[in-house]
Amino acid sequence: MMSFMKGRVLVVDDDTALAEMLGIVLRGEGFEPSFVADGDKALAAFREAKPDLVLLDLMLPGRDGIEVCRLIRAESGVPIVMLTAKSDTVDVVVGLESGADDYIVKPFKPKELVARIRARLRRSEEPAPEQLAIGDLVIDVAGHSVKREGQSIALTPLEFDLLVALARKPWQVFTREVLLEQVWGYRHAADTRLVNVHVQRLRSKVEKDPERPEIVVTVRGVGYKAGPS
Amino acid sequence: MSRDSAAAAPGSTGTRPERPVGRKPAGSRWGRLLEGGLLQGGVQGSPVLRLLLRWVRRPALPAMRLWRRNIQLRVVVSTLVMSLGVVLLLGFVVIGQVRNGLLDAKVKASQSQATGGFAAAKQRADEAEAGTADDGSTVDERSDQNVIQWMSDLVFSLSSGGQGAFEVVTLPASAGGDSGGRGRRASGGVDPTASVPEALRERIDGTTGSFQSYTRIVYQSTAHKDAQPALVIGKQVTDPNGDLYQLYYLFPLTQEAKSLSLVKGTLATAGLFVVVLLGAIAWLVVRQVVTPVRMAAGIAERLSAGRLQERMKVTGEDDIARLGEAFNKMAQNLQLKIQQLEDLSRMQRRFVSDVSHELRTPLTTVRMAADVIHEAREDFDPVTARSAELLADQLDRFESLLADLLEISRFDAGAAALEAEPIDLREVVRRVVSGAEPLADRKGTRIRVVGDQQPVVAEADARRVERVLRNLVVNAVEHGEGRDVVVRLASAGGAVAVAVRDFGVGLKPGEATRVFSRFWRADPARARTTGGTGLGLSIALEDARLHGGWLQAWGEPGGGSQFRLTLPRTADEPLRGSPIPLEPRDSRRNRGLDDAGLPGGGGQKAATVPAQHSSGDRVPPMPSRDPMAPRLGAPEAPRADPTALPGNGARVVPRPASGTRRQEDVPGSQEQPGAAAGEAAESSRQGEASRGR
Repeated sequence: MMSFMKGRVLVVDDDTALAEMLGIVLRGEGFEPSFVADGDKALAAFREAKPDLVLLDLMLPGRDGIEVCRLIRAESGVPIVMLTAKSDTVDVVVGLESGADDYIVKPFKPKELVARIRARLRRSEEPAPEQLAIGDLVIDVAGHSVKREGQSIALTPLEFDLLVALARKPWQVFTREVLLEQVWGYRHAADTRLVNVHVQRLRSKVEKDPERPEIVVTVRGVGYKAGPS
Repeated sequence: MSRDSAAAAPGSTGTRPERPVGRKPAGSRWGRLLEGGLLQGGVQGSPVLRLLLRWVRRPALPAMRLWRRNIQLRVVVSTLVMSLGVVLLLGFVVIGQVRNGLLDAKVKASQSQATGGFAAAKQRADEAEAGTADDGSTVDERSDQNVIQWMSDLVFSLSSGGQGAFEVVTLPASAGGDSGGRGRRASGGVDPTASVPEALRERIDGTTGSFQSYTRIVYQSTAHKDAQPALVIGKQVTDPNGDLYQLYYLFPLTQEAKSLSLVKGTLATAGLFVVVLLGAIAWLVVRQVVTPVRMAAGIAERLSAGRLQERMKVTGEDDIARLGEAFNKMAQNLQLKIQQLEDLSRMQRRFVSDVSHELRTPLTTVRMAADVIHEAREDFDPVTARSAELLADQLDRFESLLADLLEISRFDAGAAALEAEPIDLREVVRRVVSGAEPLADRKGTRIRVVGDQQPVVAEADARRVERVLRNLVVNAVEHGEGRDVVVRLASAGGAVAVAVRDFGVGLKPGEATRVFSRFWRADPARARTTGGTGLGLSIALEDARLHGGWLQAWGEPGGGSQFRLTLPRTADEPLRGSPIPLEPRDSRRNRGLDDAGLPGGGGQKAATVPAQHSSGDRVPPMPSRDPMAPRLGAPEAPRADPTALPGNGARVVPRPASGTRRQEDVPGSQEQPGAAAGEAAESSRQGEASRGR
């Protein structure tokens, strides 16, 4: 089944050696990579290539990765995985807040990278027709749409997955670790900041008042759960 | 706990019961004085007296402290005391001179007055005698009557000339036994006998000269006057009958006394003013000097507290101003130097961080390339395939080294942030233990967890705590020589602790602190069979510090070691103790084996056999490139003193004798060779971030 998963991947990286190596690895795994080395040209390349996923280096000449990330996110919900040399709090959080779905710290193993990319692409495999309700929201899983009183709300695939994961089991409190596994596909404990940042982003889109969330409720000391419908 | 209390945490000092330092000198000085002089012998003996002494001393203490600490007070008080002395001396001299001057004049006037009086008395006596002779009546009969009258007249007439400036007294000469009419007479209600001193009367007796003396005039009760100082001049003269009697002139010195007391009063007032003024002047003058000094002291304190921009205010060009200028110059230079050092250190840290980051991109490429090659190694010839394996392995190691280096540089830069939340340490331990299982299986070690019946909750950063514990457990397994590793959890008071105990080669004296040093390896002879970056325990120590916790090591040669992580239950709460003693209960010393009379220092022949890699059956590790590796012999023989070490407070007990267990394992061999042999046999692939000891 994995072999079907052809995916176009746009690699935004100024280091030609690394870009080439990424290309070799990605092609080896059956992806179709395309490359751009300059932050200023990244957006044009993105529009032209229409990738299924973007691998984005945070440190770029011209526009930096954060800015590129913001621009791409502004016009598309395509999964973005950041490549970063710094795993320090600020850097990663800024990247995630600017719209990246996931990040991977250099140096990484090819398998790790591929697993991360697959996890991001996996969701588009087989959408089963399903209707979910969370709060006053109606989720059409197959149609990949979220509506409040007929008004549809635009979510990135990751945010959508997060919301669906919570909505499927409204009785359950999800720890951050469980969410990391279900939504991001991490098998081992990873950076829980991913969850925190994306819950914030999701709330800013679906909550009427993000300060007092009703859809995604925090359970102090444990994690998150869906609000009562 | 009591054993453990001596082992202070890094950065914290042990508490010693001690009296405040500042009080001691004053107290002892007083005590010495009192014991030595006033209450000799009694103080030491009697507790009551000592108590009393302490009770008396206590209120004086603040004053003593003020005296010692306040130079202004000292100067003012000593100025007051000294000027008081000078004024008193001056007063005495001046008063003495004034009195002498006054008296001299008075005495001269009095003497001339008295001489005149004596002459008059003599003249009148002569006249009376002549008159009597002319009369021709019987001398005896007449004389008594007449002399009494005559003498009364004489006293009256003599005194009437003075108008109160003097009084006249006659007394019978003691030589003349017959007193008759020549009794006592006095003018102005003066008590004749009381007012004339006995000594003067005796001196006058039998001579013809006049003598003088000071006395007090005592008045008879009828006069109602107070006694007053006076000068008395007396002479022996004859009455008309030719009999001797004593005639005294008494000159009251009331005026002089009044003048003198006026002078005294004036002097006292002036003296008091002078003393007070001098005190005030001293206070002002000292203040001029002391204020800048105090300012300098305050600013120096603030400087040393880190506020480097503090400066003294400089006005004028005097010595104080020069002090201020010099002080400011010093502060500026200090600030400059500190800034330079800070910049340098920041640059260095930044450099390490940058280098680590810059290395990452090419390393990623290399890493991926190596993995691609590694994946394809089946198709290569054996030499190339093996090279690919080595490349991949060492890249792992390089990567973990880089990661650790970056982590350390983050700690050094103070960029490490604690993300503490309540976690159950049992969860963390479970994860760590399950992660270490594969390694433990290879080593034949069983990891036991003790004390996980109840939750052990603390506010901590799960990621960091897990890293610390993983490091400790992996280390314990690596060095445990296949024996059990015990992970003990406990929670008490405001602290939680996890102790990892192994029964491997243990630590030599002094090593318990050094294990935390960067890139430190216990035994160069034991090559780097296991991986690890040499930074694992340093990072673990930093992690513990970040939590406000302790990471301490204990070990004895051949008796294994114990590493204990103690964390405060709530962040920001200072640690006072640990629920687990640092030295385990089953340590050799606690079992009393070192007192068993076994030959001491069995470990001295340690490592006479160098560690060698003879591992063939496993994937062999990299041949050691450590230049220290081939060196023979133990780096140092364990010394036989259990030392409480500074810093980490870890304690190492010297290995007392070759353990009995050990001898079963390796008959006739000593500790270290056995250990080395075991180690060599068990050399394995390196895995996680661990380090040699």
